[in-house]
Amino acid sequence: MQRQRPDLPSADKRWKLVNATMRRNGYAEHALIEALHSVQDAFGFLDTDAMTFVADSLDLPRSKVYGVATFYHLFMLKPQGRHTCVVCTGTACYIKGAGALVEGIEQRFGVNPGETTEDKSLSVMTARCVGACGLAPAVVLDGNVVGKLGTDAFCDRLQQEIAE
Amino acid sequence: MNIDDLEDLAATYRAEQGDADREVRVCVATACYSSGAPGVIDALNAAAPESPSEGEHRCKVKGVGCMGLCSVGPMVAVAEPGADLRESTLYRNVVQDDATEIMDNARKPNAGPVERLLCPSDMPFFTRQRWIVRQNSGIVDPDSFKGYVAVGGYAAMVRALTEMTPAEVVAEVTTSGLRGRGGGGYPTGLKWSTVAKMPDAQKYVICNADEGDPGAFMDRAVLESDPHRLLEGMAIAAYAVGANKGYIYIRAEYPLAVERLKTAIRKAKRQGFLGHHICETQFNFDIEIRLGAGAFVCGEETALMASVEGGRGHPRPRPPYPAEYGLWGHPTLINNVETLSNIAPIVTNGGDWFAGIGTEKSKGTKVFALAGNIVNGGLIEVDMGITLREILFEIGGGIPDGKAFKAVQTGGPSGGCVPAEHLDIAVDYDSLKTLGTMMGSGGMIVMDETSSMVDVARFFMEFCMDESCGKCVPCRTGTQQMHALLDKIAKSNATHADLALLEELCEVVQATSLCGLGQTAPNPVMSTLRYFRDEYEEKLAGPSAATD
Repeated sequence: MQRQRPDLPSADKRWKLVNATMRRNGYAEHALIEALHSVQDAFGFLDTDAMTFVADSLDLPRSKVYGVATFYHLFMLKPQGRHTCVVCTGTACYIKGAGALVEGIEQRFGVNPGETTEDKSLSVMTARCVGACGLAPAVVLDGNVVGKLGTDAFCDRLQQEIAE
Repeated sequence: MNIDDLEDLAATYRAEQGDADREVRVCVATACYSSGAPGVIDALNAAAPESPSEGEHRCKVKGVGCMGLCSVGPMVAVAEPGADLRESTLYRNVVQDDATEIMDNARKPNAGPVERLLCPSDMPFFTRQRWIVRQNSGIVDPDSFKGYVAVGGYAAMVRALTEMTPAEVVAEVTTSGLRGRGGGGYPTGLKWSTVAKMPDAQKYVICNADEGDPGAFMDRAVLESDPHRLLEGMAIAAYAVGANKGYIYIRAEYPLAVERLKTAIRKAKRQGFLGHHICETQFNFDIEIRLGAGAFVCGEETALMASVEGGRGHPRPRPPYPAEYGLWGHPTLINNVETLSNIAPIVTNGGDWFAGIGTEKSKGTKVFALAGNIVNGGLIEVDMGITLREILFEIGGGIPDGKAFKAVQTGGPSGGCVPAEHLDIAVDYDSLKTLGTMMGSGGMIVMDETSSMVDVARFFMEFCMDESCGKCVPCRTGTQQMHALLDKIAKSNATHADLALLEELCEVVQATSLCGLGQTAPNPVMSTLRYFRDEYEEKLAGPSAATD
């Protein structure tokens, strides 16, 4: 007998996208990471409602969903700021001054990696290597790779983006 | 479909490309893309005349894959159709405003190149390379199925499916002497024959595209430049071992590569080159993409499989190896992107051809990513057995700003540093091991005299500490303790006893960790201690050393 799937948590259309991803994978257990990716793409982060919905849909224990969500660095359990800035701290960027870049951002905007500013305008993260070593030090700013900028030049650019 | 049909198809596609007798190729791989390549393409298209005047070249603007010299992007090449990079006029650091000038000079038969943008295509960076994996990079449009077929793509797959038995394909790969390009260097033919021999009806092929080593971006460039080459290699592998389902496990940090792969898979399926009854044969093979979510340990094959199955990326002890007991318990072939991209040329040209390149035990070419303090940063593909000095000083152009070379780091967080006195070593799997480092996936980070080796060791240890999955104790707590000791040394608070403890810990973690991550985590420390021990000792001479 077909198991009853849970109702969508709300009328928000984004849940349909999440549901579509799971349906495409036949609601199989192995669709878990794909499902969490689609939640994060749609909502920007994973909250308890979303994880519960995914767990019930895939018939998985909630502990497993939470375990996976916290294991992988990319999944965010808190809402992100309007802009996200991912500083690459790979070896090439490290050699070319990624550390100074992180410090510079902290001084100018008052956020450490993994944090969001109080006005929710900016989230700062670090990545282990975005593979843009030719552009070191590289930063992924709202999904676009920005490279070869010194600390001051980059912070100016960031300030400009936030002001817009 | 047989090989003649495919050649007819390729001829049709070539004819469809029109009568352009000159191509203006713009690199659209990540580095150039983020430096403004899309704008350059638009500007070039705007500058191209609707119909050329009498006696002028007919030019076509085309987005292509990586040309290699990522540090001076966006790169533009003006070439006759079919010409490679060495036969092109290359421009570097191109901006939109240069488009009119480039286009004007490209279409006028007697106009010379735009001198101020010129990047000499006869410099060693280009002439010393041999392109096998990157054969189509910078030449074909990565989003075009027809473009790939037009240059002879999928011929190897069709030949394998229609003219060879699976055993013959495995034999050809074995003859080639190809070894795993992900870092381990395990003979590919041996791995294939192990999976092929398994009686299970359900088998899988996984492409490991979880390129996690910081400073390595070879696989990404291959995926972004020539995704069909990978699909073709996977299909041949699946045919050889008897698999019908493939997964590409790729990092979510590579959005452009993911998009291009998705496009390539969709187009190949639509044309009947993937899916059921591929090219009207009895062979079925389907490929799905699985996105990673930012865990370095998932590059380890058993952790990778756990992640494909939807769980946390925890490794498990081997044996049993994935070849016997892999994805959902079925025999699974796991190969790296670069390994699989070598397959099509091997099938086309024969294993003996491939075995004729490189050294006795390391055949073929290897793609390396040059980054850090080096003039020509980017991607190169060179014969195995080339010396480090040739790579860094001839091809790479040496160290910028007149600084002195200190060390080159190979193998990422699992590798080590090679100092100046060993630069004349031939680069292959075995010789690098004797120096206490490894080939790894191919990242080379060059460090000049200003880099502190203790800092570098601490950097890698911090990486391993963060990325340890936490399953086994030696790695989970060992990396933390080693990091704390390195931090103490770097801050000049350490004693000789601390250094001795660090060395002891290195041995313990190496010997007792569950998977490759932990077993190799001490390598950067051990290698910097081997060659730059004085830098550690110097730090020990700090204030607290006196009490030691």
